[in-house]
Amino acid sequence: MFIYLFLSLLLLSAGAYHLGRKRAFVVANGHIRKLHSLPSFYGSYTALWCFLPALIVFGLWITFQQGFIIDLVVAGMPPELRNLPPDQLNLVVNDLKNLVGGNFVSSAPNPAMLAAADHYRHLRTVGNAALWVTVLSLAILGVVHAWRAISPTLRARNRVERVVNVFLIASSTIAIFTTLGIVLSVVFESILFFQKVPISEFLFGLQWSPQTALRADQTGSSGAFGSVPLFAGTLLISGIAMVIAVPIGLMSALFLSEYATPKFRAVAKPALEVLAGIPTVVYGFFAALTVAPLIREIGTSMGLHVASESALAAGLVMGIMIIPFVSSLSDDVINAVPQSMRDGSYALGATKSETIKRVLLPAALPGIVGSILLAVSRAIGETMIVVMAAGLSANLTANPLEAVTTVTVQIVTLLTGDQEFDSPKTLAAFALGLMLFIVTLILNIIALQVVRKYREQYE
Amino acid sequence: MSTTIIEAKANLDNALNAEGRQIPLSSVQITDYDHRQTVGKITVDNPKMICRDVNVYYTGKQALKHVSIDIGANEVIAFIGPSGCGKSTFLRCLNRMNDTIPFCQVIGEIKLDQDDIYDKSIDVVQLRARVGMVFQKPNPFPKSIYENVAYGPRIHGMVDGKAEMDELVRASLERAGLLKEVENRLSEPGTSLSGGQQQRLCIARAIAVNPEVILMDEPCSALDPIATAKIEELIDELRENYTIVIVTHSMQQAARVSQRTAYFHLGDLIEIGETDQIFTNPKHKLTEDYITGRFG
Repeated sequence: MFIYLFLSLLLLSAGAYHLGRKRAFVVANGHIRKLHSLPSFYGSYTALWCFLPALIVFGLWITFQQGFIIDLVVAGMPPELRNLPPDQLNLVVNDLKNLVGGNFVSSAPNPAMLAAADHYRHLRTVGNAALWVTVLSLAILGVVHAWRAISPTLRARNRVERVVNVFLIASSTIAIFTTLGIVLSVVFESILFFQKVPISEFLFGLQWSPQTALRADQTGSSGAFGSVPLFAGTLLISGIAMVIAVPIGLMSALFLSEYATPKFRAVAKPALEVLAGIPTVVYGFFAALTVAPLIREIGTSMGLHVASESALAAGLVMGIMIIPFVSSLSDDVINAVPQSMRDGSYALGATKSETIKRVLLPAALPGIVGSILLAVSRAIGETMIVVMAAGLSANLTANPLEAVTTVTVQIVTLLTGDQEFDSPKTLAAFALGLMLFIVTLILNIIALQVVRKYREQYE
Repeated sequence: MSTTIIEAKANLDNALNAEGRQIPLSSVQITDYDHRQTVGKITVDNPKMICRDVNVYYTGKQALKHVSIDIGANEVIAFIGPSGCGKSTFLRCLNRMNDTIPFCQVIGEIKLDQDDIYDKSIDVVQLRARVGMVFQKPNPFPKSIYENVAYGPRIHGMVDGKAEMDELVRASLERAGLLKEVENRLSEPGTSLSGGQQQRLCIARAIAVNPEVILMDEPCSALDPIATAKIEELIDELRENYTIVIVTHSMQQAARVSQRTAYFHLGDLIEIGETDQIFTNPKHKLTEDYITGRFG
């Protein structure tokens, strides 16, 4: 219904573009030179006048239409319904909507409700017809306005560009507001959580066992919310992953950018990047079914006790997964160091390795740290591999051969299945999310400081 | 004649494409393109470098044709010529900087003192310590002024201890005429200096490893006249201790700083002689056309 109106509006705008363009030719007597802007700008100008005012009215209309109709319907109801207390009235309105929509209603419809439903349908039909008329006539009015405004001196380009500018600003603010919205929602839920569980227990508690009693007679549910084991597990697995990914990634970046022939590089670099394109689920079962048993066998043959789900298996596979983040980005930044730096070093009799160690790496440091940071945040946020390969038991241990769990895995397990959103068990997920957010923020700030201190700026 | 040239070129292209960087000399029939004889005396009494029959190919395209020239000890020799004439290419042969360019092949003999620098026994690292280079655009490392100068001595292990290094850095900056200007800010980044100062820093950096020859590839083309004058003065002073080869587009500069001048044209060394003679009484028609500004 509304989509047809929107499509007609788009069609109309396309027509308006051509009209405006033609009009520009006409007012210029065919001499484009006489126009202030290129004809296409006059076209865009007309199309914008056709589209924007109509779209704004359209948007406002469909936002407020339903509320307005309901107000009217309620006002037309018999007094005994109209004067109900607000929460019961809400129920009636809900019933009414269901009745109109053809869904099941909570009670058998009485005549008053049926009359109200008819009233509702009638108002809606009228409203929709009015909407079509208003929007389309506004669009046509816009075209007429633009048509009359077009003259060789009209600065169409500047106006169109101003609209585009506003559009760009709006797009960029959407990202910012979304971030803000996410943070706020997490913060508010976390506050609810900390009203039920003391913040000191959450931050410093060594026990994680979020199962709370739903009924008074339920047993075996302690409800301990100490997040230390989770963060320890996250650090352990991320640490193992970084130990794998950073050296291998950096060395492959150095090889690709400095030693490899262009031909080899053209093949090897995309091949490395394929690693980043493998879904993490696939990595997950690779870790759980191939790597973990392998580690267990090797460990057992050396007389070590290895859990069948171990931090080592998850960390190893995760490390391999994030190699391309380090190698590809580092390769790019090393390549971006100007050739004149290499020439200067070689001309002084430096070898390739001296040039790399003393000139290229220091100059590329900010980018390399950036790539490592990206890899760290990937490692911290990674969930699938850990769920499959490292287990769910919240052990507080530094032994990579034991099963551990991470923050993200716990968030997933807390929020899957049926939930009640007022129990500390569910709210704990938001508190964990908030903590994770703060930790990665702090990591970012530290890394920025490191880069600022040690960077060597060329140019 | 013309058909054989085209055939030979096609041969060479194929050989290069098939084998990549390395082509065995024997497998390719290298035919002379329109090669011009050099006018003037190519030898000197006390040569530092002797170049004979040097040819350079970029993926089959010949950039330098049968260049033979001596570079005398403690002289400043200028290479002039229009863009693309091969003078920079030849300069980069002298310290084997062309090695870093893929698909570039150098054929011929270049001797530094008695050593053939393209011989397998020569370590290119040692060679570049003996033949330093200053580039067209100042390219100080993104390090402090001190570290820029200390870079070369450090990688070659030339000094023992900090005091000796301090001494060497100061001496090099002094010889490059930069010490007074930067004495109090040795720890500031080299990139914070002005263009002319940066270029003198690059010269100080080259001097610090105590080379025998310094190659300069249009060292003043990115500088203003005052900075240029300072560098030219410096080149004149450096002649006492070093042999200097300078590529320049400015004929006035060649006339001011050099004792001998070589004129290159489309890969040929056209004429070589005393600078005074080249600029007052050129023997080759092409040289005369160039220095009188008829083209180039």
